[in-house]
Amino acid sequence: MAEGMIYNKSDFLANISTRLGREQSKQVTRPDWKHRPQLEILKEASPEELAAVFTKNSMEKTTTVIQTNSARLGEVLLDTFAKYEGGRIVATKDERFSGYGLDVVLADSGAHVWNSELGEENIEIAKQAAIGVFFSDVSLAESGTVVQFNDKDIARSVSLLPLAYVAIVPKSTIVPRMTQASQTIHKSIGEGKELSTCINFISGPSNSADIEMNIVIGVHGPIEAVHIVVADR
Amino acid sequence: MAMKIGSKPFLGRVDEALQDDFMRKAMSSAQDRLRGKKMLATVEDELVGDWEEWRSAGEEIRRHTLENLDFYLDQLSENFSKRGGHVYFAATAEDATRYIQEVAKQKNAKKVTKAKSMVTEEIGLNEALEEVGCEVYETDLAEYILQIDDHDRPSHIVVPSLHKNKEQIRDTFRDKANYTGTEEPKQLAAFARSQLRETFMQADIGVTGCNFAVAESGTISLVTNEGNANMVTTFPETQISIMGMERLVPTWEELDVMINLLSRSAVGQKITTYVTNLTPQLEEDSVDAPKEFHLVILDAGRSKALGTEFQSALHCIRCAACVNVCPVYRHIGGHAYGSIYQGPIGAVLSPILGGYEEYGELPFASSLCAACSEACPVKIPLHEQLIRHREIYVKEKAKTSEKLAMKAFGIGASSPSLFRLTVKGMPAMMKPFVKDDSISGGPGPMKLWTAVRDFPAPGNSNFRKWFDNHKKGGGTDG
Repeated sequence: MAEGMIYNKSDFLANISTRLGREQSKQVTRPDWKHRPQLEILKEASPEELAAVFTKNSMEKTTTVIQTNSARLGEVLLDTFAKYEGGRIVATKDERFSGYGLDVVLADSGAHVWNSELGEENIEIAKQAAIGVFFSDVSLAESGTVVQFNDKDIARSVSLLPLAYVAIVPKSTIVPRMTQASQTIHKSIGEGKELSTCINFISGPSNSADIEMNIVIGVHGPIEAVHIVVADR
Repeated sequence: MAMKIGSKPFLGRVDEALQDDFMRKAMSSAQDRLRGKKMLATVEDELVGDWEEWRSAGEEIRRHTLENLDFYLDQLSENFSKRGGHVYFAATAEDATRYIQEVAKQKNAKKVTKAKSMVTEEIGLNEALEEVGCEVYETDLAEYILQIDDHDRPSHIVVPSLHKNKEQIRDTFRDKANYTGTEEPKQLAAFARSQLRETFMQADIGVTGCNFAVAESGTISLVTNEGNANMVTTFPETQISIMGMERLVPTWEELDVMINLLSRSAVGQKITTYVTNLTPQLEEDSVDAPKEFHLVILDAGRSKALGTEFQSALHCIRCAACVNVCPVYRHIGGHAYGSIYQGPIGAVLSPILGGYEEYGELPFASSLCAACSEACPVKIPLHEQLIRHREIYVKEKAKTSEKLAMKAFGIGASSPSLFRLTVKGMPAMMKPFVKDDSISGGPGPMKLWTAVRDFPAPGNSNFRKWFDNHKKGGGTDG
């Protein structure tokens, strides 16, 4: 993509500098923050403890959690699909599916694997789908959150349009909280790596409390969510 | 101005609100629930640690960012445009709407979907888009309810339709959108889902606000629960995000802290269901991502607070924690403020953004109990700023009679003998209004107080007399 336009910047920023009573800052160093309570949370937790906290907090948000290992993952996935009685399945295009030997499971289930060359057809399929299945890139114990780094293959629609999302959560992706995910992203920006166009933190089914503060599960996004926690190989 | 709600004067709006029993009941119940949820997720959540530390962290980050706002906005705009996004710095609301209208015209846009955004309310974006032939669809459930109800205005920063109950919403849906279901929230929400599903897919432009922009990466972060912001930013070919110029953080590390403060303070959640972080698409290769991304950075009066005692008002992250503890908001509700920004932060921000002429009376809608300052996750000294606003208002904008009264007081207080005379004369001056040792229909500024409650009549003694007597070892007369 060509570089974008910036309009009216110099006048706008000059006004800010004047109001702040100084010349425009050309270089600013972030301070060493005095208060960093985020680093204390679950800092001593073992992978097992993190998985337990992740499970508890996922369930708090009405997400179904299934614990399994890589050998049984295919079977668990098939069982999960079966609960949606033959509804259409859409999956992200992700090498990890074959890494876990799940290609066959997806093929046998008639799942549509996202193919950006097919264009809008992918979206039409996702709209009709009962299940969208994807891998979590980072998983947050504190809030039962799965994270997607979306791109043309890890499509945004997969976790958004189907009635339910099913996230496969390798245990090694579970970190204490958003702090660790943010640190990783910050580090990769510092290393000049390109940031994903959408980094999506998702914590269970969509919901709203806008009507008399009553929680309603399932508004514009999925109505149900499943997190399958997989012990690493 | 689109920030303004209603045309009645402030006290007229307050009177109206005080007579609306349903609204007051809805407000107090919502306040209790929101506050209760916040407490569970903050001071009562053992896992989160010391909440005061979090508040200090938030304050520290916001202070540094605002002190270096020009630098971080420069960095944000450069990083956003490097990725192919377009940035428009808008000095005024009119500049912002004009630019967005131009984009809509260029794109020949007919349908626009919107995620909830107070800043778009502030600049009157819906009306501006309708002027250039766009149909605008609010997609947040609360905003959708307001839009269907003949564009009713928001009464709360986080839950704009807080003043409506489910029966009213059912009736509105029935009358305006042929809804045939019950008042069950689940059915009402399902109706909104079905009504908006295709619209999301057909929209030409998706419009969002911005909870935080991240300077180091040119990212816009959106905090939602319903999934509508994801729908709005996934399917239209063009995305336009509008941010108040103060809504940014230096890096992802600070974003983490601010998201935690916002989620827990606003809705009592450890994190909102969606935290969606959007950066322009480097390669136009995704099927489900906008091809064009515009960021509008808005001043519209904010810079007037920079370098003044009100600078920290710009630290606000729009969580409404102050609104949810305010005893005045509890009684008068959101609409009485006459601004889309209500409660203590509304009473501080509205005069800054919209001027004392329009909003100078709002800082008086406070008991100065300081509950707001204590609730604020970034430690804005709200009640102190309310007092400062009052001082400025009285000094510069007060009505002639109040000015005279204050002037008279100033003169009286500046001369010890005159002061003694005034205080001594008070019982006699008030005599016509006194009944059973209290005043029930006082003159001038007392009229407002005595309209709803009695005021104790000044006794024949006073503090100075009492103190003199006390020094001499006398009794506690008075």
